Amino acid sequence: MYDLLITPFVDYVFLQRALAGCVLLCISSGPVGVFLMLRRMSLTGDALAHGILPGAAVAFLFFGLELAPMTIGGLAAGLLLAMLAGAVSRLTLQKEDASLAAFYLISLSAGVLIVSMHGSNVDLMHILFGSVLALNDQALTLIAGIFVVSTVGLALFWRGLVAECLDPLFFRSVSRLGTPIHFAFLFMVVLNLVGGFQALGTLLSVGLMMLPAASARFWVNRVGPMCALAILFGIVSSVAGLLLSYHAALPSGPAIILFCGGIYVLSILASPRGLAVTYGRRTRPHRAT
Amino acid sequence: MSQHARHCDHAAQTEARDDAALRFRDLTLGYGDHAAVHHLDGTIARGALMAIVGANGSGKSTLLKAVAGVLRPMSGRIERSSGLRVAYLAQQSEIDRSFPARVLDLVSLGLWPKRGLLGRFRGEDRIAIATALSAVGLEGFSDRPIDSLSGGQLQRALFARVLLQDADVILLDEPFNAIDAKTVRDLVSLIHRWHGERRTVVAVMHDLALVRETFPETLLLARRAVAWGETAKSLSAENLLKARNFAEAFDDSAPWCEPQRA
Ligand SMILES: Nc1ncnc2c1ncn2[C@@H]1O[C@H](COP(=O)(O)OP(=O)(O)OP(=O)(O)O)[C@@H](O)[C@H]1O
Ligand SMILES: [Mg+2]
Repeated sequence: MYDLLITPFVDYVFLQRALAGCVLLCISSGPVGVFLMLRRMSLTGDALAHGILPGAAVAFLFFGLELAPMTIGGLAAGLLLAMLAGAVSRLTLQKEDASLAAFYLISLSAGVLIVSMHGSNVDLMHILFGSVLALNDQALTLIAGIFVVSTVGLALFWRGLVAECLDPLFFRSVSRLGTPIHFAFLFMVVLNLVGGFQALGTLLSVGLMMLPAASARFWVNRVGPMCALAILFGIVSSVAGLLLSYHAALPSGPAIILFCGGIYVLSILASPRGLAVTYGRRTRPHRAT
Repeated sequence: MSQHARHCDHAAQTEARDDAALRFRDLTLGYGDHAAVHHLDGTIARGALMAIVGANGSGKSTLLKAVAGVLRPMSGRIERSSGLRVAYLAQQSEIDRSFPARVLDLVSLGLWPKRGLLGRFRGEDRIAIATALSAVGLEGFSDRPIDSLSGGQLQRALFARVLLQDADVILLDEPFNAIDAKTVRDLVSLIHRWHGERRTVVAVMHDLALVRETFPETLLLARRAVAWGETAKSLSAENLLKARNFAEAFDDSAPWCEPQRA
């Protein structure tokens, strides 16, 4: 058992790095995912994750697989998309989620085309699905920086985010901070996605953000505990995913996200607010009569 | 009361500045390029207890939103005496009842003006929250999730939040909609308490009997002020008829600067 679960992390530095990166990502992006979900912005997270791709792809076109340019490119593209979607929904009748869906489909196809123009399929796979097992010092430093900015930001804006989610009209009547906090929050979302992009690629980084949050919603009824549980679910999935990918020689990103998905399905089925209990509650009185 | 006569006559409004909590000057409000409230002039005195009455769509909520500062005037302006704290209870609050919050979390939003984004909640705040909850008859509810409250209980909780805001001007938009008689009585006595504390209370109301009984002053609105003053006079049969005619005659597509006194 020890050999199966612990030894790989003791013996291999690349696994240690991967684990460190994933844990940092889970801690910073789990709570962000919780707020995205509570604000009914899950699709926004998805769209922003895809929106990063063309930015990273253009950087790849000019600089190859280099961390700094691709990060900056991704960040710029993600922020641009966030602004654009917000502006379109404010200026037209189009709902924000519809315009986001449109933009991210455009972004995804543009990104893939740009990468294929220049690179190989391996490069494309790397950008889409990342490579947790190849995190170098530079990438780890970036993830650590994002972790610091994001957790500090969240702690600072916590009360405002809660107020804005809970009663936006009231919040507008007592404070002018609504719009700045909204944009600061979108910035944190993009930051975390760019961090996750290094490890999990554009397609999967949003998974580590949203799936643990969605799972945690089933178990607890307070925002704080929900964030803690989301972090825990993320870390458990990361450890399990890394071990599976190591032992079975499978790609690590998808393995991690699959475990996140497993926890989600389990939560749907077994949690106090999930199917089993809800279904039981609903049918019991009928049986009694 | 001469104070009430002044409200209708904006020529005589220069004196007694400090007595006014809010002053409307040729205020026009609306959405996009459609005006909903036209050319409103008048003063709300400090400590006034005022009802706003009017048909559906007559602009009552629009006016409160503007006073609360969540809607910008199309033209004209609202003057507030400096440092005025305003509490606003919306008609259809945009509260997300599925949000995982307890009654305590909802009510403590009322501490925002005092503590803001970063200020720590202190012992005195906890006492204030408990006092507010018991004032609205919700002792022991503080840990209940908000999605488990009935409509009336939620309204009581929102009144507790207003209490915590400790505001000079309290704006209530149809606070007694779908509320049972007992809860209405309890909440009306809170309104009387606020009035006794010299706070200014402005409430949008549909129950004219309750208005006559509770509010000394009334603004009758039909996209513009039909009458504004002593309740008995504002709600005279003649004025109510006038308001109804306005409501029916008003053409939605009319330009927003139609003559002020029709
Ligand atoms: N968000 C909005 N966007 C566009 N028009 C609006 C909006 N809110 C209200 N209106 C319009 O403004 C006018 C006044 O609306 P308001 O909500 O102030 O009416 P009200 O007097 O509060 O009515 P009710 O008694 O039904 O609450 C109406 O014609 C309404 O259609
Ligand atoms: Mg209204």
